[in-house]
Amino acid sequence: MNKGNMIPANEFCASHHIEISFINSLQDAGLIEVTVIKEAEYIHESQLNELEKMVRLYYEMDINLEGIETVIHLLQRIINMQDEITLLKNRLRLYEGF
Amino acid sequence: MFIDYYKILGVDKNATPGEIKSAYRKLARKLHPDLNPNDKDAKRKFQEVNEANEVLSDPEKRKKYDQYGENWKHADEYKNTQQYQEQTSASQRQRYQRVQDEGEFSDFFESLFGGFNDASRSRQVKFRGEDYNAELHLELDDAYETHQRTLNVNNKKIRITVPAGIENGQTIKIAGHGGQGMNGGPNGDLYITFIIANHPHFRRLGNDLYATADLDLYTAVLGGEMTINTLDGKVKLKVKPETQNGSKIKLKGKGFPVYKSKGQFGDLYVTYWIRIPTDLTEREKELFYELSKSQPKKSAK
Repeated sequence: MNKGNMIPANEFCASHHIEISFINSLQDAGLIEVTVIKEAEYIHESQLNELEKMVRLYYEMDINLEGIETVIHLLQRIINMQDEITLLKNRLRLYEGF
Repeated sequence: MFIDYYKILGVDKNATPGEIKSAYRKLARKLHPDLNPNDKDAKRKFQEVNEANEVLSDPEKRKKYDQYGENWKHADEYKNTQQYQEQTSASQRQRYQRVQDEGEFSDFFESLFGGFNDASRSRQVKFRGEDYNAELHLELDDAYETHQRTLNVNNKKIRITVPAGIENGQTIKIAGHGGQGMNGGPNGDLYITFIIANHPHFRRLGNDLYATADLDLYTAVLGGEMTINTLDGKVKLKVKPETQNGSKIKLKGKGFPVYKSKGQFGDLYVTYWIRIPTDLTEREKELFYELSKSQPKKSAK
């Protein structure tokens, strides 16, 4: 498998001063995907933003794993609702000032 | 202007480090930008909370703040007598956050504590740069065709392609054009939200456009031809006899381009507004009178 866009999990943990068990817990909860290549664990670059967010939630804001799951779920709902609001605002513009 | 950091965190002046940490975390859970996507007000409040925590969680800074806070304009005297050394005991996490929000601290903070100590940046830890958010205002006509735009983001010129069919409120990501990464870390991303102004003649809903067209009474009654404007140029229309006021026609493929689907377009819906003639001549009035006399017979059928 191409490692070009992959970040070694142990390097990520070392640079953020966190334990690898945290990454494994996130994987067990289905919050991130970890890819194993030749017995080493990697995280795809596209997950970096979300992963760093989860690190901040856990270590800065003291939110436990169950809380992170709930927060991520609710944040997705907020984003979906913001998209829907944008769509409805655009629809409303049909009737405004024409 | 003096800032009361204790008030911002909602703690007493004699609060213990534990109480300060607890108050900060409680407010961070409420106001952190991670938990309040696209909420500028929450972001501004969090910056205040973060700044308050930055000062009160660091014993040296807190001491200086307590001593000189309200007389912050004289804080230089303090600088001359005591060479301030950045404490290395603060957690990495707090430093990371601080770096992310660099440049977002108040003038009060800068006056009292100066800029960031370069020593604090020398850690060989890679951090991704901050994501930037920007708005790009377009006219509806601008969003009709794919074109290039040059943006000025933090004194750097960035050339972007605006794809035809972009929606009002839609955000696109320009990877790697956010804040610079630290110690070799990747750059952040630039998020551009498009704000598309209303058009005087067309309304847009998704890929479809809506417009109105004035139709003279005679063409509406007898049928005929008329020319209307579309975003693609003028189009000649056949008007059916006995067209009713407010009736709608669909011009297939004359709407807005479908985002990232070259050659595909939505439809244009035109609503007719029939204009009743004014300033009638005597002859015209006679003719309408004649017509009106024929109406009762028809309606009696």
